[in-house]
Amino acid sequence: MSFEIQLATVLILALLAATAIAVVRMRDLWAAAMLMGIYSFLGASWMMLLDAPDVAFTEASVGAGISTILVLAALALTTTRAKEPVHSPLLGLLVVCVTGGALLYGTLDMPHFGDGASPANSYPQPSYVERTEKEIEVPNVVTAVLGSYRGYDTLGETSVIFTAGISVLLLLRGTRSRRDEPEESREEERT
Amino acid sequence: MTRQTILRVITKLMLPYILLFALYVQFHGDFGPGGGFQAGVIFAAGFVLYALVFGLGAVRRVAPPRVIEVLVATGLLIYAGTGVVTMLRGGAFLEYGMLTPGHPIHGQHYGLMLIEFGVGITVSSVMISIFSTFAGRGRA
Repeated sequence: MSFEIQLATVLILALLAATAIAVVRMRDLWAAAMLMGIYSFLGASWMMLLDAPDVAFTEASVGAGISTILVLAALALTTTRAKEPVHSPLLGLLVVCVTGGALLYGTLDMPHFGDGASPANSYPQPSYVERTEKEIEVPNVVTAVLGSYRGYDTLGETSVIFTAGISVLLLLRGTRSRRDEPEESREEERT
Repeated sequence: MTRQTILRVITKLMLPYILLFALYVQFHGDFGPGGGFQAGVIFAAGFVLYALVFGLGAVRRVAPPRVIEVLVATGLLIYAGTGVVTMLRGGAFLEYGMLTPGHPIHGQHYGLMLIEFGVGITVSSVMISIFSTFAGRGRA
């Protein structure tokens, strides 16, 4: 990586950490929701620096866009201020330190960034990058892998979204009986 | 919020371009970054913006909840149906090459386009319906 890229990466990661700390310390949930959007956008910029535009695209549209909106819509139904914690924060700090330490310990076994001998870069042989050119002939290898080589996985992901959508519809709308529907349509006309 | 003239005008100006960009991301996904998932979310974001400025009733007139609910399932059926068609043509499930047996590469392109279209329909309709159930609940 060139010096500029490294500098930008360090800057973005520092901003990510600062945003995360600000979100944790904040009691105003509206502001916290907005900061989470900024957090996602910084994450998307970081993915961009790692040459993963498809992931960056998803993070920007889902993380910064739709989930911020959904959190705000949920906040409109509840309260906008977090309650003061009743227990001591020390227990939380301990849990976070232990979990963080375990995660850091886990990364010690991982291959270095861009390592040619890592399993992700050495399997399968020939790689999807080479096979896509001959077998599918689309310039975006990510689409070829997601849609064709890993088509079952993407079908599974689509059914997960389908299930999530149906569940939200059942949970949030199921309580209302059919009798209420005419009232609802009258309300719509007023707006 | 419906009386904010600047918001209304700017929203009306931006909406066609948001939806057009979503369609570009959808159908250009095999050439540039993007695909059905991202396109679906951007398409839904257009409807969410419309709902924020013009009210939920306006969106429900354009996209009735009943239609959106049917679309939630339609997208997944298009995806799985593509797999069934390749099976009927003697291939494996989702073996797109069998869509055009004479020219498997074309079959791959058709298959990718179909399944991305299915993903896009399901994702956008799920996002629209989740948002409108959340937003509609506050007034009930």
